[in-house]
Amino acid sequence: MALPPYATTGQRVWFWTFRAICVAIIFFLIMPILVVIPLSFNAQNFFTFTPEMLRFEPGAYSLRHYQDFFTNPDWQAALWNSVRIAPVATLVAVVLGTLAAVGLSQSHVPFRGTIMAILISPMIVPLIISAAGMYFFYSRLGLQGSYWGVVLAHAVLGIPFVIITVTATLVGFDKSLVRAAANMGAGPVRTFFKVQMPLILPGVISGALFAFITSFDEVVVVLFVGSASQKTLPWQMFIGLREQISPTILAVATILVAISVALLTTLELLRRRSEKLRGMSPG
Amino acid sequence: MTDATAGKPPRGGQMLAADGTPLKVSLRRAMRAQKLRALLLISPLLLFVLLTFILPIGDMLLRSVENDIVPSTLPKTVVALQDWDPKTSELPGEPVFAGLHDDLVIAVEKKANTRLGQRLNYEYSGFSSLMRGVVRDLKSMDTSRPFMEQFIEADKKWGDPAVWRTLKTFSGEYTSGYLLNALDMQRTENGIQMKPEQERIYLKLFLRTMAMSLGITFICLLLGYPIAFLLASLPLRTSNLILILVLLPFWTSLLVRTAAWKVLLQQQGVINDILVWLGLVADNARLVMINNATGTTIAMTHILLPFMILPLFSVMKGIPPSYMRAAKSLGANDWTAFWRVYFPQSIPGVGAGAILCFILAIGYYITPELVGGTSGVFISNRIAYHISTSLNWGLAAALATLLLVVVLALYWTYDRIVGIDNVKLG
Repeated sequence: MALPPYATTGQRVWFWTFRAICVAIIFFLIMPILVVIPLSFNAQNFFTFTPEMLRFEPGAYSLRHYQDFFTNPDWQAALWNSVRIAPVATLVAVVLGTLAAVGLSQSHVPFRGTIMAILISPMIVPLIISAAGMYFFYSRLGLQGSYWGVVLAHAVLGIPFVIITVTATLVGFDKSLVRAAANMGAGPVRTFFKVQMPLILPGVISGALFAFITSFDEVVVVLFVGSASQKTLPWQMFIGLREQISPTILAVATILVAISVALLTTLELLRRRSEKLRGMSPG
Repeated sequence: MTDATAGKPPRGGQMLAADGTPLKVSLRRAMRAQKLRALLLISPLLLFVLLTFILPIGDMLLRSVENDIVPSTLPKTVVALQDWDPKTSELPGEPVFAGLHDDLVIAVEKKANTRLGQRLNYEYSGFSSLMRGVVRDLKSMDTSRPFMEQFIEADKKWGDPAVWRTLKTFSGEYTSGYLLNALDMQRTENGIQMKPEQERIYLKLFLRTMAMSLGITFICLLLGYPIAFLLASLPLRTSNLILILVLLPFWTSLLVRTAAWKVLLQQQGVINDILVWLGLVADNARLVMINNATGTTIAMTHILLPFMILPLFSVMKGIPPSYMRAAKSLGANDWTAFWRVYFPQSIPGVGAGAILCFILAIGYYITPELVGGTSGVFISNRIAYHISTSLNWGLAAALATLLLVVVLALYWTYDRIVGIDNVKLG
């Protein structure tokens, strides 16, 4: 959308106004995330910029909130719980999700629409309803307040993402490759691991990243299904934001932003690789 | 037909496979095997989702009508009450009171009387204290005298037909009481009626949730449309860069974003500081932007904006730019070309994005809880309150059921318009 040389003054004005509006909207999207980062180095216990910070005095900045995060037993326990729950939930979601996505991508699946609707529903149903249902049901089974209760709940929340990303990758998958492998004597299991899996791997990994972030960032379900001994990082942040506001939260937030930047970069690289594998030109 | 052997000429022009079976049969068999394999691959996950997700939700739906506590705690009373006509102002007869005595003796032993009192208190306030008092009253009762007098002596409320009417109304295994309550209705002698004006809270909360979600969706559309338009019209390399700026908030933790808005919007926060420094706002008249509906709207718009931009972008990518040029070459000005040619083609994206945003918005819990104060909370917050604080689980389940009905209707619409297969991420 370049401005043609014959544009009238009005068109020029509108062109630049439109760009200015877009810049403002993007500023609205990005600014809140960026503002957290300098504030996390605040030497004071304030949630805002101190006059010293604005004058860039070195004494106004410190790492004390990071230090608090890495030494405070509450935060460390929460971090440890998150690290213990998220990978297991991701593993369950990815293994079951990939299998099902391979099944769903076959040409003649009965009740495909219904099955798909059921499998995607954890993403659509409001979290509070999922949390309420699981809370009531898991308490009957004695799973409420247990490690496995939270893992199962997080796994089921991650499944829609795995299904969506892996089926999307499978759309571009050439099925004659499977037939070629079978023709040369490979069994279905061998064909899957040697031929299909390497080609859909980018989709599987991005599904896994989505499932991981879903669990790592989830707070509503864990609040209800978990008990104090399953307190995760988001739970601790939630308490911190609701009750005693401590700037340590901003330090944690900065660390989480760094993690999401890393994840986003990984995803972008995977997307390019997947497009290259499918023979499309990288963007 | 299957016994046809190879080598025979095809009967009636029927095609045969290599092993001699007609091609149709052979194909059907192969397909059946394929279908079976597909289902086998899907079944572990389907079972998993059914067990850990669908069943819990079904259980919750059931809980919104379940009422077994009354018939299971007071079995004899419930049976004896069947002959009593609740429309009369007379009290039920002696057998009912005798049954009540027997039931309550067992209930007090099992300490079930307080739970029952709590349950019936949702329908008729005063039941809770009545049931707690029962422990003391039962001890002084004489089994040789009629129980009716003794109960009324112990507590006048037993002589009130309204108490018995409540008991009779809620003596079934199932009740619509919670659902009616969630809709601000109640069951009276004259059938189902709306509650008095000042007691209606849930309908108002539902309406507020809907209105605020609509508002947030609309703002998201206003802000998201230009960005999606820009993304679709820029060369791929530049648009990819901007797309990353859109995706970064999408990937950032929800709590981080909520924390950021808390930092920005507070009275001693960054935005107010800047406004004061610029002299736009007096220091003693700082804007109240948090713990109210404004806070919820701003923070949730920020959180849901990527969900609007991404579907819009994926639709706009597919609109050929030559259409706009064609319209202009035929004499349309910029606005007409956009409004009459471009915009109608982007409608599917608008629909998809708007429904997605709305579905996500009406179920939101965390952000309204943290920045909503009292005037910016949603129905979800009320559900959470009833689960963890007031412990009125039946009502929580009923509210959740109503919310679920709304969301599923929207989900169905979304499936019709976009198709769940076409949901794209990132």
